[in-house]
Amino acid sequence: MDEIDSHAQGDTRRDFLKKTSLFTALSLTPVTILKAADQKVDERFAELFEKIPLNFTVNNKAYQLNVEPRVTLLDLLREELHLTGTKKGCDHGQCGACTVHVDGKRVNSCLSLAVMNEGRNITTIEGLAKGDELHPMQRAFIKHDGFQCGYCTPGQIMSAVACIREGHANSKEEIREYMSGNICRCGAYPHIVEAIQEVKEKGGTI
Amino acid sequence: MEKLLLTDETSMNQVFTEKDGYNHVSFLDAIDENDRVDGVAKVTGKAKYFAEYQLPGLTYGVLVTSTITKGKIVDIDTKAAKNAPGVLDVLSHMNKPAVAGYEQEGGSPMKIFYTDQIFYNGQPIALVVANTFERATYAASLVKVSYHKEAFNTDFKSSIKDEKVKKLQGQPPYKRGMEDAYKTAEVKVEQVYTMPVETHNPMELHGIIADWRTNDQVTVYAKTQGVKATQNTIANVFKIPVENIQVNSEFVGGGFGMALRTWPLEIATIMASKQLKKPVKLVITRDQMFTMVGNRPAAYQKIGLGATKEGKITGITHIAFGQSATYENFTEGVVNMTKFMYDSENVNTNYYVIPLDMGVPIWMRGPGEATGAFALESAIDEMAHALNMDPLDFRIKNDPEKDLAQNRPFSSKYIKEAYRLGAEQIGWKNRKMIPGSLIDGSWQVGYGVSIGVFNASRGRASVKGILKADGTLVLQSATSDIGPGTGTGMTLIASRLLNIPVDKIVFELGDSSLPPAPSQGGSATLSTVGSAVNDVCVSLKSTIAELAANSNMDAHAHFTEVLKKNNLPMIEVTKQSQANAEAKNYSMYSFSIHFVQVKVHQLTGVVKVSKVVSVGDSGKIVSPKTARSQMVGGAVGGIGMALMEEALLDNRYGRYINNNFADYHVPVHADVPEIDVIFIDKADPIINPMGAKGMGEIALIGFAGAVANAVFNATGKRIRSLPITPDKILQA
Repeated sequence: MDEIDSHAQGDTRRDFLKKTSLFTALSLTPVTILKAADQKVDERFAELFEKIPLNFTVNNKAYQLNVEPRVTLLDLLREELHLTGTKKGCDHGQCGACTVHVDGKRVNSCLSLAVMNEGRNITTIEGLAKGDELHPMQRAFIKHDGFQCGYCTPGQIMSAVACIREGHANSKEEIREYMSGNICRCGAYPHIVEAIQEVKEKGGTI
Repeated sequence: MEKLLLTDETSMNQVFTEKDGYNHVSFLDAIDENDRVDGVAKVTGKAKYFAEYQLPGLTYGVLVTSTITKGKIVDIDTKAAKNAPGVLDVLSHMNKPAVAGYEQEGGSPMKIFYTDQIFYNGQPIALVVANTFERATYAASLVKVSYHKEAFNTDFKSSIKDEKVKKLQGQPPYKRGMEDAYKTAEVKVEQVYTMPVETHNPMELHGIIADWRTNDQVTVYAKTQGVKATQNTIANVFKIPVENIQVNSEFVGGGFGMALRTWPLEIATIMASKQLKKPVKLVITRDQMFTMVGNRPAAYQKIGLGATKEGKITGITHIAFGQSATYENFTEGVVNMTKFMYDSENVNTNYYVIPLDMGVPIWMRGPGEATGAFALESAIDEMAHALNMDPLDFRIKNDPEKDLAQNRPFSSKYIKEAYRLGAEQIGWKNRKMIPGSLIDGSWQVGYGVSIGVFNASRGRASVKGILKADGTLVLQSATSDIGPGTGTGMTLIASRLLNIPVDKIVFELGDSSLPPAPSQGGSATLSTVGSAVNDVCVSLKSTIAELAANSNMDAHAHFTEVLKKNNLPMIEVTKQSQANAEAKNYSMYSFSIHFVQVKVHQLTGVVKVSKVVSVGDSGKIVSPKTARSQMVGGAVGGIGMALMEEALLDNRYGRYINNNFADYHVPVHADVPEIDVIFIDKADPIINPMGAKGMGEIALIGFAGAVANAVFNATGKRIRSLPITPDKILQA
């Protein structure tokens, strides 16, 4: 965490540090550690020992981060990088709202730990348009009204782009099958399928 | 009715190209100006939903929930949780954060953290707040709760006939003519129809960000269908002035009814923010979406239907039971439609609710009317079959000329045309009178029809309009848009009245500081808020005309010129609008006719909805593109209700066993065919200046009945218990 929280319980970090085997392994004396805790620099130790370095690219921007190994790619994008276009719908890989591209392939970012993405290229919905120029899939979603509340939309669009790139958009039937991992509770499915079919039929690189 | 037919032309008529008098909306007709005003925000990820506001020092809440179904909390041991890294506090009834409105314990609604009682499994009982989401999640797992368990009852089915289980009157009994007249009819149908618990499960998880900055001022970022309702609830609970509460809810990731109230988990988060003097965010988990934010209650309905041999209905009896909760009560309009939908001298209804040890239900799209329509419309189809009549002919024969329950005319009703148009479009002539006689390879094919109806209402709303010399118009109202396209509809109304392009108009909503509007529910927003937009635009127009006249300008001068000439940077007006007195003389309803073709696999019993035509008779269509989407969405919801959705409870533990999207099935892409939508698109002369009636509910109401009727037509098997899963078909 960037922020050091002054409201944390006084002895919380002390208790925690006493139990942290890493410190034992590194032969730091408990006195040093506890002194650090008292001086509220324990969060910095935590930064060093509880987090793992992560270097990756998101929407063509390189990041050098330290993240807890339990943080999912989805939560990292939303809560730390503030790229909230990627949505949390279930956290179980069952709804597709969190779909992003990892090295060009569609992935449920809730099922990917952030640290598994070392060296990878991530594209989120925020990285799909070229400046003010919408991606053809984004335009098609607007034209065909492929959404209502808009919450599943970024995941649908990321999945739709990948669906065409994979070569799985050759018929309505095929699109429906290969888009079935992306749930839309408002029920915009027929319009989403129309949008994908139109983009596919127009051809070109997407 | 003839007179009403002649008055259906309104000022907005010129906007629509009409084919054969009806507006068929398809992609090919889509015009840019009909695109959603928030489309770009939604496809680029820029639209901000409640959980996406970045506040300095934001902290994260995670709930601890009850693992028993009924009883008392003996102790909550929070020591380990509080000692976990990053944890700021653990709130529960053990430390009772100060809440002025909760000082008196007990009563309804349930007061979170002010009771040690457990009313249902999964009830929120503690809130852990930490400086990261992961830390809060881990710490919540360290909270140890001990309980005193009590016997409980979550078994809806067995409770219906169990005399020891309390039943409450859900609505006063209704009787017209003779009670149970069907019993002595020449032909009668008497059947029971059942439905399980369904859950709304919008794609966006519920929750709130609360930011209690000073002693008596709070800002919340909420997922709500009514910013004013949320504001009022917070004012009542925390006893602070309404104007000290700011509710923001610009984008809502679906609601379907579940965000029509402020849930205890939201109050808990506000308590935490007040206590910690920090912004706190809570986003609940998908499994928690099944327990603590309402559901569509299970239902058991008996229908008795009597008719003459010639097919005239002589009596309808509808007795319904719904499930409710022990700690709060919930009732809805399950038997409403039965009272007026068919021309019968004799009708009686009754509706009871059974309080169970479960989370309290809340209206789910189409609410009780969708539940009732499944039973009534199945029974109507059964009667048509018993009479050897085409179900369309049977319905048309019994279509009432006026509302017999209220003894007054309908403001507008074109359902005979709707039947005709829909039948043509689906190819009703291909339907076989003898069930099970249409085969396509391994599949049996069938056709079904059903009607949906919902009250077309108009409430009271205020809108402020600011017309600027730069050619733009800003409209403001504290309404919501949970997905139907409210901003788009409002913008179109203003654009047509003032002849301003849609890209020069901004409609602001989802902000409690704007002029008041009711919650978005009951298909009333376009009618209610749209009327106020209309009034504001009419007023602005006349002000411009006056200014033009006073400054000797041409009456047709553009408003930008008029404002410049008068040295006015802008003019503004706020109008409150509500139903006119004449409305009381009419019954106002929106209608839908759903036509469905299904294919039922002969070996596996799998049902596929293969074709859908939904016809909407909901007055003038203001926003054709978003209206079509709303109808399509209702049909998709209807496919779920008919074939998949069922929240399964293990009555031994009182716990849901399929509380996730892998096990609680909702329609996915592969389940949904192309859906045809036809609008009658004739203005209602009474309801509002646009002549537009609501659509959100009728899009779904009746759909499940159409599917069940089509399954019968395909197979000869009548499934009276939703959802229609393959096992039921194979065992029938």
